[in-house]
Amino acid sequence: MISELFKRVEFYLDARQNKEIFIYPGLNLGAEHSNVHTQAEATVFGFWVFLMSDAIIFGMAFATYATLLQGTAGSPGPRELYHLGPIFIETLLLLTSSFTFGMASIAMKYKHPTSHLVGWLLVTLVLGVIFLGMELDDFRTMFAAGGLPTQSGFLSGFFGLVPLHGLHVTAGCIWLVCMLGQIAVHGLDSETKLGLLRLALFWHFLDIVWIFIFSVVYLGGLA
Amino acid sequence: MSWSTTLNHPLGLLDADSFPFLAMLGSDDSDIFINGLLGSFAAALVVISVMVVVALLTRYRAWRTLWFDWLTSADHKKIGIMYVVLALVMLVRAIAEAVLMRAQGAVGLDGGFLSSDHFAQLFSTHGTIMIFFMAMPFLTGLINYVVPLQIGARDVAFPILNSISLWLTVAGAALVMTSLVVGVFSTGGWFGYPPYTGTLYNPGVGVDYWIWSLTLASLGSTLTGINIAVTIYKKRAPGMKLYYMPLFTWTALCTAIMMIFAMPPLTVVTLQLALDRYLDFHFFTNGLGGNQMNFLNMFWLFGHPEVYILILPAFGVYSEIFSTFSGKVLFGYKSLVWATMSIAFLSFLVWLHHFFTMGQSGHINAVFGIASMLIGIPTGVKIYDWMWTMLRGRVRFSVPMIYSLAFIFLFVIGGITGIMLANPILDYQVHNTVFLVAHFHNMAVPGVLFGMLAGYTFWFPKAFGFRLDERWGRISAYCWIFGWMGAFFPLYILGLMGLPRRSVAYEQASYVPLEIVAFVGALLVAAALMALVIQLWVSIKHREENRVFVGDPWDGRSLEWATSAPPPEYNFPVVPSINDRDAFTAAKEFGVGYQEPDTYVNIEIPQNSAMGPVFGGTSFLLAFGLVWQIWWLVILTGLVTIGTLVVRGFQRDTLKIIPAETVCRAHRHWIQAARSAQPIKRSQEHTAANKGRAALETVEVST
Amino acid sequence: MSKPVTRIPATNALMTNKRRDFMSYVWGFGLALILTLVPFALVQWQATTRGSLLIIIAVLAMVQTVVHFRFFLHLGRKRKREDLLLVLFSTSLLIIMVAGTIWIMANLAERMTPI
Repeated sequence: MISELFKRVEFYLDARQNKEIFIYPGLNLGAEHSNVHTQAEATVFGFWVFLMSDAIIFGMAFATYATLLQGTAGSPGPRELYHLGPIFIETLLLLTSSFTFGMASIAMKYKHPTSHLVGWLLVTLVLGVIFLGMELDDFRTMFAAGGLPTQSGFLSGFFGLVPLHGLHVTAGCIWLVCMLGQIAVHGLDSETKLGLLRLALFWHFLDIVWIFIFSVVYLGGLA
Repeated sequence: MSWSTTLNHPLGLLDADSFPFLAMLGSDDSDIFINGLLGSFAAALVVISVMVVVALLTRYRAWRTLWFDWLTSADHKKIGIMYVVLALVMLVRAIAEAVLMRAQGAVGLDGGFLSSDHFAQLFSTHGTIMIFFMAMPFLTGLINYVVPLQIGARDVAFPILNSISLWLTVAGAALVMTSLVVGVFSTGGWFGYPPYTGTLYNPGVGVDYWIWSLTLASLGSTLTGINIAVTIYKKRAPGMKLYYMPLFTWTALCTAIMMIFAMPPLTVVTLQLALDRYLDFHFFTNGLGGNQMNFLNMFWLFGHPEVYILILPAFGVYSEIFSTFSGKVLFGYKSLVWATMSIAFLSFLVWLHHFFTMGQSGHINAVFGIASMLIGIPTGVKIYDWMWTMLRGRVRFSVPMIYSLAFIFLFVIGGITGIMLANPILDYQVHNTVFLVAHFHNMAVPGVLFGMLAGYTFWFPKAFGFRLDERWGRISAYCWIFGWMGAFFPLYILGLMGLPRRSVAYEQASYVPLEIVAFVGALLVAAALMALVIQLWVSIKHREENRVFVGDPWDGRSLEWATSAPPPEYNFPVVPSINDRDAFTAAKEFGVGYQEPDTYVNIEIPQNSAMGPVFGGTSFLLAFGLVWQIWWLVILTGLVTIGTLVVRGFQRDTLKIIPAETVCRAHRHWIQAARSAQPIKRSQEHTAANKGRAALETVEVST
Repeated sequence: MSKPVTRIPATNALMTNKRRDFMSYVWGFGLALILTLVPFALVQWQATTRGSLLIIIAVLAMVQTVVHFRFFLHLGRKRKREDLLLVLFSTSLLIIMVAGTIWIMANLAERMTPI
């Protein structure tokens, strides 16, 4: 009780000094959304911990990929299968989508009209879907060039890693659609806000994973 | 496997031959018949037990209560109890398997009665169950029950997630049990090394059962880890600094953090093996650039921290017990905390000592050998702290303390053999012998299981409101201790004599006497299990004279004892405010242990949710569909699982309110009981006079 | 409270916060863009040897990760540093696991290479 009160007072004081306290990762909603803001401390922290666990999953997939890099067993290797052009565009798409999600977060935090928020989320969704489409096309090209996961250890490592990220992005897109549905049904209530805060973290996190995918897998493979 | 045939068949690979019972009848080989008979007996036990439970539930019209009060509950206490029930049920099966294996060992000179495949299934299920479906649920259950109470919280941070974790674990356990009735289980041991577990050498469903039950269990544990860590970080009562937390909470925190980081490698490695098996990937195959050694590497990246995930909560239990049953403050609290954290961190640096013999260079073995030996230091610190806690205390030798003392003696022996094994040179000599089996059972039984059983005895009165029978508890404890010694000390010697682990039979007559001793020990362990069941039965029968409603039967020191037994759904009518370590002892000493607050407020707690059981049910069917390649079932349950999550996202108003008057009435009733109860001295702890109110007894520590 | 306090109207404070939040994303986007363009360009035109390319790619990836953490996830902008500590702890475990795996497996590969 008392600590709750103290927190409120602290927020108030800090708002007066024009200094924000960030109490969880990602853009904090701040005192203007006091109810959600305090709730978010545990909820968003919990999701953050989950992301750290997920990071280990990706880490192990990367380690496997690195281990199997030499195991091409006579089938096509990185130089035959990777193409820098589409990967570059995919990178830009994902990076831009991170930025647009940031704009959505700002629209939520500063209580812009809900249409702004929905607009930015839709842009993010479209970018995500285009990314997925391009990635699938990459895989199709690889298949056509004999790059099937059943061909070699190296290709197993590749298809154990890159589509894992793609699956995460797919999950993110589905989640985003669900959040849009929640906005439509419930409006911007505290549950919806908490969901969007976590989805934002998820989206930015996937972008960070992608940095390592394009650096280690594609650039590393073609360097 | 051919895709088109499994796609065309509505039941996938499932047919009449999948049932071992039917397969046995169709065979005229006597060997198959004996093994089939044993298997069918076990399968029949499973089926009959399920039927009996269903019949009893129907007979007593308990389905409603079961569903609404238990299965859908989001209450951390009920979830904790369900975890422990799961652990005890699985313990029975795994012990039965252990006895069977030792029986085979006793007559295993040039043969025995079990086929090698059956024996391999026994040690595989025994290991898998003991680790994932006995020890893990047991410690998760204790943590779930105790930690929120110890930190003065109303529940865990994510109650529904907690329920989901439980049901994922239950689904995994159910999958292992199903393998008894339908099909077979893996013969690849609890760590299932490829290429043996690849489709080339293991085309059946056994390994798939293993893969999916482990996947479910590891997902459940990851989510539990997140939940517990966030609970301890964010839900502590006001004033409870990290250094005020009881030691069990500390160990729970470290275990939770380790679960978060150690479970992912297991998930990855089992899923990669699944890709190898289902989609012809080449992660771990012999040919085409696969690398089976990476399986060992990643499995033990999980496996070694896992060992400490198991032992740390047990350390926490022992710490609480030594302190409580010595009537003294824990000696060296901070050193224990630091030792716990060091162990947790070091456990991530030693995984290679599980495969010293794989062929890497000597310097790598040396690095990991030294790191492994380092863990001995913080563990040694702990042992001394516990001993000094007892020094000049008011020590009572009741059941939890008997387990704890046995733990100290036996664990030191196990620790020393561990240091021996950490030396790569020595490891080369005894690797893959039963010496190793004896070592890790030395850690797992006197270390983990004794701790869990001690905790079960210690906190049982808190959870159910009455004490467990002391006499049967002692009988059980001594049977465990001496049974364990009988079963595993011979294995140390047999290991040094060169008996390889997992041998179904052997040719050296000199092994026989020690094998027989080990079998007798195993029988004693079985007796211990029986005594445990009898203890529960006797205690329930005599529950009225052993009631401890006031809730503090052992003169407890931490907050879980500061509420009624069993505690109300919301744990504390008013969230306590803490300004000391051993918060409840401090309150009792200042005479403020049983006081009424000035005001009562409405309390919000999470509503029940069918999400957990539904999730468990669908994930079980999903896994079953994957094992038997029933693809329509996989797609259907997959969609339902995702759909459940989506629907849950749209739900609002998931809390229910307990009005202040209800809280007030319950609390006043309890205060009244506490004030009218006779405070008892420690010497009366096990008499009917113990109603859960402890008299102040200061221990005089002369220096 | 002897010093005169400059009272900033609440709306004004919000405006500055908003601007800062906005600029955070803009900076993040800009920096990330540069840190992406450079390695892609270097690889596209094979600007230097494979060894140095790999080092440059690795370093830029690290820097870009920090940029994302700082500007998109706003870590380090808070007083309680639990989240940042968690990231550092996770990173250290990640490095132990990944580097350990690569160390061990590379050593084994080397020892198995036929001479």
